[in-house]
Amino acid sequence: MCGSMKQFLLMSFLACLTFPVCSQKIYLLKIDQLENRLHTGKDTTYIINFWATWCAPCIEELPNFEKLNDQYRNKKLKIILVSVDFKSQLKSSVIPFVNKKKHKNEVFFLDESDQQEYINRIDSTWSGAIPASLFIRDNKRKFIEKQLSYRELLHEYQTF
Amino acid sequence: MKLLLTSLFTVASFVCMAQIKTLSPGQPAPDFKLENVDNKQVSFKNFSNAKGYIVVFTCNTCPYARAYEQRIIELNDKYASAGFPVIAINPNDPEVSRGDSFDEMKDEAKSKHYKFPYLFDEGQVATNAYGARNTPHVFVVAKTKEGNVVQYTGAIDNDPENTNPNKIKYVEEVINALNKNEKPSYTVTKAIGCTVKRKS
Repeated sequence: MCGSMKQFLLMSFLACLTFPVCSQKIYLLKIDQLENRLHTGKDTTYIINFWATWCAPCIEELPNFEKLNDQYRNKKLKIILVSVDFKSQLKSSVIPFVNKKKHKNEVFFLDESDQQEYINRIDSTWSGAIPASLFIRDNKRKFIEKQLSYRELLHEYQTF
Repeated sequence: MKLLLTSLFTVASFVCMAQIKTLSPGQPAPDFKLENVDNKQVSFKNFSNAKGYIVVFTCNTCPYARAYEQRIIELNDKYASAGFPVIAINPNDPEVSRGDSFDEMKDEAKSKHYKFPYLFDEGQVATNAYGARNTPHVFVVAKTKEGNVVQYTGAIDNDPENTNPNKIKYVEEVINALNKNEKPSYTVTKAIGCTVKRKS
């Protein structure tokens, strides 16, 4: 039983490596966890993009982050896509969307309910409008509250 | 040359962004004269008996605005007779945001029986004067001896999904305080919402 389970898991793992057919994982994320991770990033450039399945300009912009990730695969760049969808939409909208898109960037679901608190903790200048992106490297940070074309995203990354 | 153009473009877009500054509580609330869905011009002056206004930047298309539509209707039902009518303004450029054209605004107002103005902001003049950033974005304005003054900016309540019976109804609390000549406990709040679709 155990052996066949192990075999099954191994096969699944290999299948995942070989064929892009597996479901992408989406993890719940607390704002504390996000902050901790960014604090330990040292010389890695983090780009955190805040999006939602209901936000048309966000959906338009997401492929740009995939493209940037592809282009700078060998650099110390980490892109994190954070969904701020309603929690009631997690199973019905967010997970199906993420499974369909198969982003190479990590995808998280922001598991916080107090928008007053988390919006200001992410950036005090953020109104809450999405799309929005936060660039962080060590102590340097820049917050951008707008949809970024690929050219704009590239420029922001290269000049950060 | 290409580089120069790119740089200029980048600088221009930052200048554009930098100009959008949201009015703060205590600042004068500029009047406007905008076309309503009944084709009449509306400004603060139309409401001579008002003690103030609930100015809501909202639209047809944003799911957050849709989620709050009924609550905006109810705010007007509850507070127009108490001196604080709702004035809704669509801040989106209809070329950028399909679904927010003047005709579609008329359809929406008609189908939901809006009893308050729903104004088309040609050229996004009022939108920029108030610095509306997302939809729905509320500005509670009071008529004072010094003119119309912003008292509160932000969200309608802290429960976009409308599932929490213990939600904090920010706008109601602010108006209740103003009606008692008290200082509102909330002056600025934030909420996730759709970004205002500006002409690029």
